Amino acid sequence: MTDPGGAVVGAAGAAGPEGGGSAVVARPTGAGRGRRRSRRQFGARIAILVLVFGYLLLPLLAMLEFSTRGDYGSRSLRSYVAILEYPDLIDGITTSLGIAVLTVFGMLLLLVPTMVWTIVRVPRMRRVIEFLCLLPLAIPAIVLVVGIAPIYRWMGQSLGGVGGSPLTLALVDIILVLPFAYRAIDSGMRTVDVATLADAARSLGAGWPRTILQVIVPNIRGGILSASVLAVALVLGEYTISSLLSFDTLQVVIFLLGKRDAYVAVAVSLAALVFAFVLLYAIARFAPGTGQRARIAPEEEPAT
Amino acid sequence: MSSHRTVTRLAGLAVVATFVSAACSSSGASVAPSVAASAAASTAPSAAASTAASAAASAAVAPKDATTAAAAGGVDAICAAGKTEGTVNLIATPPDWANYGQMITDFTAKTGIKVKSDQPDVDSAAEIKAANDLKGTGRQPDIFDLTTAVTLANLDKLAPYQVATWADIPDANKEPTGVWTKNYTGFQSIAYDSSLGDITKVADLADPKYKGKVALNGDPLKAGAAFNGVVMAALANGGSADNIAPGVEFFKKLTQSGNLIPVDPAPATIALGTTPIVIDWTYNEVPQIAKLQPSGINWKVIVPSDASPVGAFYNSAINKDASHPAAARCWLEYVFSDAGQNTWLKGGAIPIRLAAMQKAGTLDQAALAAVNPPTTPVVQLTNAQVDAATQYLKDNWKFITILPPK
Amino acid sequence: MIDPPAGAPAPPTVRTAGSASRGAGRGRLRGAGNYLAFVPFLAYIGLFLIVPTLIVAGGAFLSIQGDPTLDNVIQLFTDEVFVSAFITSIQLALGTAILGAVVGGLLAWAVARGDPNGQLRQVVVAASGVLAQFGGVMLAFAFLATFAGTGLVTLFFKNVLHVGVPYDTTWLFGLTGLVVVYAYFQIPLMLIVFLPSLDGLRQEWYDASASLGGSSWAFWRHVGGPILAPSFLGALLLLFTNAFSAYATAAALISQGSPIVTLQISNQLQSEVVLGQENVGKALALGMIVVVTLVMTAYALIQRRASRWVR
Repeated sequence: MTDPGGAVVGAAGAAGPEGGGSAVVARPTGAGRGRRRSRRQFGARIAILVLVFGYLLLPLLAMLEFSTRGDYGSRSLRSYVAILEYPDLIDGITTSLGIAVLTVFGMLLLLVPTMVWTIVRVPRMRRVIEFLCLLPLAIPAIVLVVGIAPIYRWMGQSLGGVGGSPLTLALVDIILVLPFAYRAIDSGMRTVDVATLADAARSLGAGWPRTILQVIVPNIRGGILSASVLAVALVLGEYTISSLLSFDTLQVVIFLLGKRDAYVAVAVSLAALVFAFVLLYAIARFAPGTGQRARIAPEEEPAT
Repeated sequence: MSSHRTVTRLAGLAVVATFVSAACSSSGASVAPSVAASAAASTAPSAAASTAASAAASAAVAPKDATTAAAAGGVDAICAAGKTEGTVNLIATPPDWANYGQMITDFTAKTGIKVKSDQPDVDSAAEIKAANDLKGTGRQPDIFDLTTAVTLANLDKLAPYQVATWADIPDANKEPTGVWTKNYTGFQSIAYDSSLGDITKVADLADPKYKGKVALNGDPLKAGAAFNGVVMAALANGGSADNIAPGVEFFKKLTQSGNLIPVDPAPATIALGTTPIVIDWTYNEVPQIAKLQPSGINWKVIVPSDASPVGAFYNSAINKDASHPAAARCWLEYVFSDAGQNTWLKGGAIPIRLAAMQKAGTLDQAALAAVNPPTTPVVQLTNAQVDAATQYLKDNWKFITILPPK
Repeated sequence: MIDPPAGAPAPPTVRTAGSASRGAGRGRLRGAGNYLAFVPFLAYIGLFLIVPTLIVAGGAFLSIQGDPTLDNVIQLFTDEVFVSAFITSIQLALGTAILGAVVGGLLAWAVARGDPNGQLRQVVVAASGVLAQFGGVMLAFAFLATFAGTGLVTLFFKNVLHVGVPYDTTWLFGLTGLVVVYAYFQIPLMLIVFLPSLDGLRQEWYDASASLGGSSWAFWRHVGGPILAPSFLGALLLLFTNAFSAYATAAALISQGSPIVTLQISNQLQSEVVLGQENVGKALALGMIVVVTLVMTAYALIQRRASRWVR
């Protein structure tokens, strides 16, 4: 499993900002409550929220304070500016982004047609595919890298420049993201009657590629977007496999930088975190087909 | 004033001379290598002469396969071939480690070969791992800079090469065919944040008020700085170059009391305040003094008074599977040249050719004065002693994992 | 193996209208051909997941020369370093799972009680999604910036309160430190995984219990508790696996000593160089797989039970 939160993000995908009918926004049906009880509850809720958020915000505050330290007690943004002066760091960012793009495409290419096929043709395989997609959760990243190192060594030696490129990490990252991507796309597919859509398209004469690309995919946009965001987040945060296979991805560069210059390393970490939060929040709120705005018109809702 | 400096300088030279001659006279390697060494020394000039002659007659050895500069037609020929290769891959060469930053800049300026410096803060074991993992990919390190223990365990990965200045290097400090050559050293020191108090001896580290503050630079089985830190502790606790057990005991005690933390010190950890007391080479810690001033940290570096000064040369070697073999050889030529050796000196490290350069008058006197070597005889482990110590550590350094973290 | 998180909507009836209505005569041949479409997927998983796992599992039983041997596996039980690493890993995973489950559960309750479409919920869920992924190297730096010698909290005690820090300064690199640091991503994970279950608790049940004369406490003890218990346990197991498998955070905090199994594995990979122990790392990895598989199987079984209750 990828690092802390590797599993997390998956659950996030399933229960978080994607897919209509998301459980996160199921509402507890409200009836009247005793006022005394609700005030006590309110107090307890506030206390819990304050305490927990205090704990979670403290390190972030510390990072902000630390990364804005200047000389002799002054405040300065030079650590953030310095990010641009480290070519290794820029390289790490572009490398990781490249791997992320490849991972997203590879994952979609691998999963979407396969999952569609299980719905439309061979429902028996659904269980098998589901099991296989969730299998990576049972194999920690550190274990996977031990087994995959010989394959990468072969690739690096026999396939020349391409084989030794960090972009080959996409091959492993696709595996890592499978459990979460599967959940996200699956949730997306459940809200849409894929079988009927496929039938309709086929009966109108479309081939399979066209059916998938132009009919089904637009309808499960939410799930796909969610899965893609998860993939990007995972790739940007991946350290274990990158470092043990000696590739310089973003996290590896931050780690190495962390031994040289603590201030810039902390600045980069905080920047990455804020970026991820803004991105996730924006997608949850504004992307079509996700969250509240994904409600399917009543007449299209599949019978349950 | 000046006479005082002269005296110090002479004393320092005397120390270094004893240092280097101690390395020469110690039994270290067996008899055969010294015989081979002298044989190599005597054949080198004649070999150079004959190959120079035959070079004119037939094609010289390709620079990338050369085992001496002369065989390939001289240092210039090698560096020209290196320039064609374009880059040399280094690993574990932080810019402020013995002035590597300056060394790299000067090398590129002189030869036009670019330097790729990978993973600056890893240890010797990691260098070998990178060579294994990245073999054949073009990204593997071309040059190694290794502690002795790791060198001796990986002789089969090194390529033989005798630099042009081979004769200046004492026999015991080089492998006869040149698979490794000792290059530079410093002295084991304790560096600390002076606001914590005054530390003058190794024994001071056990003080309860330094709980959670002491850090050793690496795992002694993998990193030279840590290995020699253990030696220094051994000397301070009644041990010797042959017996490092008291040193291991000392660190075990420090771990049990919580004084020693399992963190590798680095410029960043010092800035973070994670490792306010560091056991490391002088040349690593002295540059930090100026760097830490603006953050308000007063960094002090001392050679402890309760142990003889400990030094150990790092070994320079060429990766047998280097993807830029000519550039690698050119690099080696540079670091062992007068300019390169003086660069080490400016960085606070003692270069291997110090004695020879002093005799030839090419040594940077100002830099030597700034280094200010200790005036007592320096202890340096022979290869045999390194082997024995490594064996002892393999069996006895496990406490650092087992002693339960609280 | 693992069912959808409790609370996901029941799947719409899946119709295979296509194959059924398209002439059953060609059924057999069609049937076989249909499976062909899965080959790319299966081949990919086979090459990049199954094969490496087999390499690890198999290599654990080979000696350096390549002969089958049980020595590597036996070493896991006899070498005190490895035993200690497994014990520490399990302690760490258990501690941080319980801490994360309890605190995360409380947080989920606090959030679930509020407006389901409100800002608070959206912010918390988004923040949790990010923080749960905020692990490894960056998290280590965050905690160092907070608690290290020149960190915020330390300086607060030193410069504002003018006292020494009231805790042992080595705590960050020991078991306690790892538990506290891991909790940082375990709590958000718990929120995300457990919130759907809490949402499934119907207000009617609470009212029913109250109208029968039960107090808040009685409700939780007799109704809410038993209903939530399976998914709570399931989430706890997920947290356990997550912590047990984590590597980057510990690697960024503790550079020497390898006190937990994941660090031991990477140490073994490096030690091959110096100490020549080729396949012990694979044996350690196999040990990890065994532990994780056991836990995940338990999780799957519990999830099957939990999904019964929550619609």
